[in-house]
Amino acid sequence: MSLGLLILVVIALAGAGFVIGRQRALAQAGGDPRILHSLPGYYGQSVFLFAAVPALLLLLGWLLIQPLAIESRVSAMLTPADIPEGSSSALVMSDVRRIADGFDAMIAQGRMTEDALRAMDANTVDVRAQLAEAGIALGSDVAPNVFETAKSYRNLAHTGRLALTVAVIVTALAGFAFALSRIQPDYRARNVSERFVRTLLIGASMVAILTTVGIILSLVFETVHFFRLYPAKEFFLSLTWNPQFRGGSDLGIWPLLWGTLYVSFIALLVSVPVGIFAAIYLAEYASKKTRAVAKPLLEILAGIPTIVYGLFALITVGPMLRDYFAQPLGLGASSSSVMTAGLVMGIMLIPFVSSLSDDIINAVPQAMRDGSFGLGATHSETVKQVILPAALPGIVGAILLAASRAIGETMIVVLGAGAAAKMSLNPFEAMTTVTVKIVSQLTGDTEFASPETLVAFALGLTLFVFTLGLNVLALYIVRKYREQYE
Amino acid sequence: MNDMTLTERAVSAQDIKIAAKDVQVFYGDTHAIKDVSVDILDKTVTAFIGPSGCGKSTFLRTLNRMNDTIDICRVEGDILLDGEDIYDKKVDPVQLRAKVGMVFQKPNPFPKSIYDNVAYGPKIHGLTRSKAELDEVVESSLKKAALWNEVKDRLHAPGTGLSGGQQQRLCIARAVATSPEVLLMDEPCSALDPIATAQVEELIDELRENFSVVIVTHSMQQAARVSQRTAFFHLGNLVEFGETGQIFTNPQDPRTESYITGRIG
Amino acid sequence: MSTASTNSSLYTLDARTKRRNAAEKRFRLYGMAAVAFGVLALVVLLSSVLGTGLSAFRQTFLTTEITLDEKALDKSGTRDPEVMAKVTTIGYAKVLQNALVDELTAKGLLPEGMKAKDVGGMISKEAPAQLRDRVLANPDLIGQTITMNVLANGRIDGYFKGRVTMESAALDSNVSPEQLQLAEAMRDAGMLDLKFNWGFIFGPDASELRPEAAGLGVAIIGSAYMMLIVLALALPIGVAASIYLEEFAPQNRLTDLIEVNISNLAAVPSIVFGILGLAVFINFAGLPQSSPLVGGLVLSLMTLPTIIIATRAALKAVPPSIKDAALGIGASKMQTVFHHILPLAMPGILTGTIIGLAQALGETAPLLLIGMVAFVRDYPGAPPEGFTDPAAALPVQVYNFTQRADPAFIERASGAIIVLMVFLLAMNILAIILRRRFERRW
Repeated sequence: MSLGLLILVVIALAGAGFVIGRQRALAQAGGDPRILHSLPGYYGQSVFLFAAVPALLLLLGWLLIQPLAIESRVSAMLTPADIPEGSSSALVMSDVRRIADGFDAMIAQGRMTEDALRAMDANTVDVRAQLAEAGIALGSDVAPNVFETAKSYRNLAHTGRLALTVAVIVTALAGFAFALSRIQPDYRARNVSERFVRTLLIGASMVAILTTVGIILSLVFETVHFFRLYPAKEFFLSLTWNPQFRGGSDLGIWPLLWGTLYVSFIALLVSVPVGIFAAIYLAEYASKKTRAVAKPLLEILAGIPTIVYGLFALITVGPMLRDYFAQPLGLGASSSSVMTAGLVMGIMLIPFVSSLSDDIINAVPQAMRDGSFGLGATHSETVKQVILPAALPGIVGAILLAASRAIGETMIVVLGAGAAAKMSLNPFEAMTTVTVKIVSQLTGDTEFASPETLVAFALGLTLFVFTLGLNVLALYIVRKYREQYE
Repeated sequence: MNDMTLTERAVSAQDIKIAAKDVQVFYGDTHAIKDVSVDILDKTVTAFIGPSGCGKSTFLRTLNRMNDTIDICRVEGDILLDGEDIYDKKVDPVQLRAKVGMVFQKPNPFPKSIYDNVAYGPKIHGLTRSKAELDEVVESSLKKAALWNEVKDRLHAPGTGLSGGQQQRLCIARAVATSPEVLLMDEPCSALDPIATAQVEELIDELRENFSVVIVTHSMQQAARVSQRTAFFHLGNLVEFGETGQIFTNPQDPRTESYITGRIG
Repeated sequence: MSTASTNSSLYTLDARTKRRNAAEKRFRLYGMAAVAFGVLALVVLLSSVLGTGLSAFRQTFLTTEITLDEKALDKSGTRDPEVMAKVTTIGYAKVLQNALVDELTAKGLLPEGMKAKDVGGMISKEAPAQLRDRVLANPDLIGQTITMNVLANGRIDGYFKGRVTMESAALDSNVSPEQLQLAEAMRDAGMLDLKFNWGFIFGPDASELRPEAAGLGVAIIGSAYMMLIVLALALPIGVAASIYLEEFAPQNRLTDLIEVNISNLAAVPSIVFGILGLAVFINFAGLPQSSPLVGGLVLSLMTLPTIIIATRAALKAVPPSIKDAALGIGASKMQTVFHHILPLAMPGILTGTIIGLAQALGETAPLLLIGMVAFVRDYPGAPPEGFTDPAAALPVQVYNFTQRADPAFIERASGAIIVLMVFLLAMNILAIILRRRFERRW
């Protein structure tokens, strides 16, 4: 049974449970809902929840665990002889999966029957050719043992799927029957279903924690894996980044950090003054009309996807900077450069700085302004000497948030900064950043278990720690500031 | 209007610092102040009293053009400071406000140190030439505001850390530091407890020696205690203006009498 | 005390005041300049994208009469599509090329000494496949003469759009100035024409060598599938979490932890979510790479904080008096929330959700990591099975286009951005309308 159908069956069952539960409660009360503890709908609801939720949770858990369980059992069948020179068991396992999927496809296309597959012997039949006909390309010929492994992988998967279907439907039915059996006129159905709903609400808010845990676990786990293959000392202290396809790579993080910080620095150099001055103008000087037009226009900048900025850097800003600045000044001939990425990223960050600063400036009490005006200060003196100092913590928070955005920004640097890991002071030279290398190492052709790929997780962890620190600090400062004026 | 006679009689006594003639104030379409003419005398405390919403604060704010910060506000009529129209096109409100200082209802010290709060005015107006001179101004202002003894050991502590009464006296010190000629006070004691109020009232009386003080107050007792002259506002009109003693003992207008005896307000 | 301003007339500005006023004016000017810079950047950005991208919606088509020769296309004469499928696109390319050469000769447009191969080179490499599909779908066409509207080669198209010039063609091995001259003659004869290109919006992607045929169909479907998944997951989970945090959560460590988590997740770089998707959904849970399912899951997790923050603000805006009223007549807390507070907060929640979806729609980086960069030409199937088919996504398609060598793809990338922005604009307008229509001020 396909998953979609299975889910539909469970939901249909639960829906039926709602109707039946409601009727049963009414019937027990002799058709008089006043005798019931709760409204009849709550009896139905309790049956619905008991039928649907445990079954769907089981389904979810099963789907997560089944591949792992099968994998570990099947990979035990592979002998070291099955793993060719220069390959790894993970690669052979992925072949096994492809072969198994291929058989499924062939049977679905009607090229083969289940019986024929069972009788098939890899020693006599060219499995690779048959699969190729069905549109599944394999890198090498299929060894008999691998073929057998694939068959049992497929069998296990099928059995698992069947067991899953049965288990889910049984759970749904059990929940259904359990809830139905509890229905009596004085059964506190509302309280039960409300407690159930409340649990679901708590569960939903746990998703945030789970996500964070997931992020940390996946980063830490693979990073540890990476440091087993590549010395941590080299990663943190080496000044060269030079990944090689065939091992022997230099994977020092410094050139990437340098690029990241340099690009972010230029981005902040653009966005902080522009953003703060724009915020001051909009909050303090602009007429209502100007504000009503200019503020949304600036905020559009925040709504534009980063890929658009990336393309802007690639086709407009990069060539322009190269032709009018870098080449005439003899500083470089590359259109992707730290300057290109930094400038475009700076534009992207203007609204981040300006809207948050705008809010913060507006939160400074009017009494402060009156006090300053009353002493004969000009508007700009009031802004510079009273409002900005009062708003400073909030504005620092806004800048830190913008810095965290800049460090984690990916598409603009992928398209605008270049791919060469360099530590240079010349802003018109192409450099690369942590995020660019995460993308290139994880989308490249290198094998997953190699240090060249796994380094992306160590880079990701570094990035995560950096931005998390900035965010926590920024949120703390902003929150403290808000409390001050509440 | 019958109060005109009162005003004219008072004029002869002392120098007129501010002369307001037929002042109208509009907020958009609302006519907030109607035909108000008042003469503020030098070295005198003038109190504006009246029920809330009567326009006394609005009128006070027209005297140093604080209303300029509100877009929809429009002022008509003449307000002369030492014979010069403060709403003249040539007048810069910044220069005006250096001469006509203001203290607000709620204490509003800047989020700076006590010293910087007081030094703010002299600094922006460039009133001092050296640090020593500035120190002197700060000290004398704090002394004038009767705050020096309480804060002289912690001049660099934040002004927001003081108590309410101290904060208000700090604001007065801040206003005094620019050595204005007129000091406007908008209900300066309404946010303070009775003890702090008494201190501030005492201070106002002392300030009279150097400045012309205009105080808006909600409390008739306070007006009676601190002022020499009192103006009664009602619904945007100046109802009666004269010697404080006379207003409180022998009001000419029935509305003034009703207010003083507690029937309106 | 020395006072510069006392005793002086108000009518004369002293030097210091003049200086201060000048500083004031300068300060104000800086502010205006900052706003102007931001607005100007927006205008330049949009006009640069529109300027390069609008032409992607128009494409050069070549109209020619083709006689479908039985000898070349169906030797057996059975008209059986299975048998006819043996003739590959190469066979059809020859038919097309000959047809074009014949027509040009007939019209006297064919320049002296131009090879048939060069004439054929003016037709898109995609065209033979189109012709083949058309014939296989309707074998009876064989033997007839049909009029075909086929895509012209990308370089010819580029010439009419100003991307390719005679000078650049002289240096280009893919196109020659003679071909361009012929193309111009053909346009004058009405055989070449720029037309609106529906294929760009609905067609699948095409390989590196045929930019003229590349379309966004698969990417649009992929993005739509992901948005459905985000809507189905992030909205209910986000609303449920907000209700709990806003209405039920006790003041304790766990609640604090959840709150801190949500505000941090809102600021975690998007690429980190991509790493999460790769490690958890693909490597650990074994979900298929490049599938809208994984993309949708990752984007859901990313959108969740946005929705939660908006929903909580909307719930908070409902005045407590309403809650008190419901509780006062004996409604349970759950009933109060679901019967009164939630309906009143709905417009705010939907607005927040749409804005979250718009963010998710434009997100690129995490999708790169979960394999959506792969070249996908086949449309994914119908949901729910289609959710696990490989697909592309609009922003990733833009990235893909930029990674290809042919400059024609830059036009495609900008065009794809226009499509993306139209969707974003529509979503934002919807959010604004919702807010205007239903927002209540208490």
